[in-house]
Amino acid sequence: MGRLIDLCKQKLGGAVLSAHEQHGDETVVIRKDAMLTALRWLRDDNDTKFDFMMDLTAVDYFGTRPRDERFEVVYHLFSLTHNHRLRVKIPVAEADPAVESAATVWKAADWFEREVWDMYGIVFKGHPNMKRILLYEEFEGHPLRKDYNIRKRQPLIGPEN
Amino acid sequence: MEEQNIEAALGDSVILTQVDKVIGWGRKYSFFLYPFITACCGMEFMSAAASRYDLDRFGAALPRFSPRQADLLFVVGTISHKQAPILNKVYNQMAEPKWVFAFGACVCSGGMYNNYATVQGIDTILPVDVYVPGCPPRPEIVIDGLIKLQELVANERSSKWPRGKSQYDPKVKR
Ligand code: SF4
Repeated sequence: MGRLIDLCKQKLGGAVLSAHEQHGDETVVIRKDAMLTALRWLRDDNDTKFDFMMDLTAVDYFGTRPRDERFEVVYHLFSLTHNHRLRVKIPVAEADPAVESAATVWKAADWFEREVWDMYGIVFKGHPNMKRILLYEEFEGHPLRKDYNIRKRQPLIGPEN
Repeated sequence: MEEQNIEAALGDSVILTQVDKVIGWGRKYSFFLYPFITACCGMEFMSAAASRYDLDRFGAALPRFSPRQADLLFVVGTISHKQAPILNKVYNQMAEPKWVFAFGACVCSGGMYNNYATVQGIDTILPVDVYVPGCPPRPEIVIDGLIKLQELVANERSSKWPRGKSQYDPKVKR
């Protein structure tokens, strides 16, 4: 296993649900309730020093995974100090689509989290301004959820087309 | 004198025509366009407008960045449902007579975007005079479209105007 995975397992213990590595890219899956501590530690620890959150997105595994882990929030972290990368995934249940906001850890997370809310309807608790970023306020539902009807349009003007 | 028609009798000093024809002839060479550019097609618009292809040769050179001063609405690029009320407003702000030029597959039909976000052709909202497909259309086809529009404008009757405001109002006021 990769060095970062070992570090995470040592430090975070049971919070690491699983981990894998492919072609040198390391991924850890972390329990939701431990996520903020884990992310803070990843940012601050001298061995990890993930000072750059490159991407934050989500995946909807509708129909392919059990409902209590339907979504996954994904962080792509990079360390400018050590020039290494880590992917952090957090499973989210369909019944409670909410995670802690990482906007206090990396400021860059702010707009990404709004996008994930917009597209997947996952709430980021503690976010300073949790509202839609790309779509309009009148839009109902979250279009990147796999159960959003692919033909459904919500025009602000003119006929349904 | 009886055998000759009146134009021949007057020689080159007078040309007889119709008012609509003169007006149409003037209008077709003096489009003031408003570029409503939202996406990748904009690059091709720049190419068509700049020196190599040069829309100025057809009298459509000067983009006006106020709809009040424009008479040709160039809709260039994907129109999302969020953008559509703005496009509608710009159209309504333009003074008559006005024409709409649908530039690119997205504007004509939604193009490759058949999803929650994209208007499936702006003719669902506005009257469109020329459709230029292509993703993006090459400058040659843009110029071809412009010439087609010139033909249309040259043969218009003044009774066509005013066309009135767009038939739709936004469902929500902002
Ligand atoms: S028609 Fe093609 S090039 Fe033009 S805006 Fe649409 S996607 Fe972009």
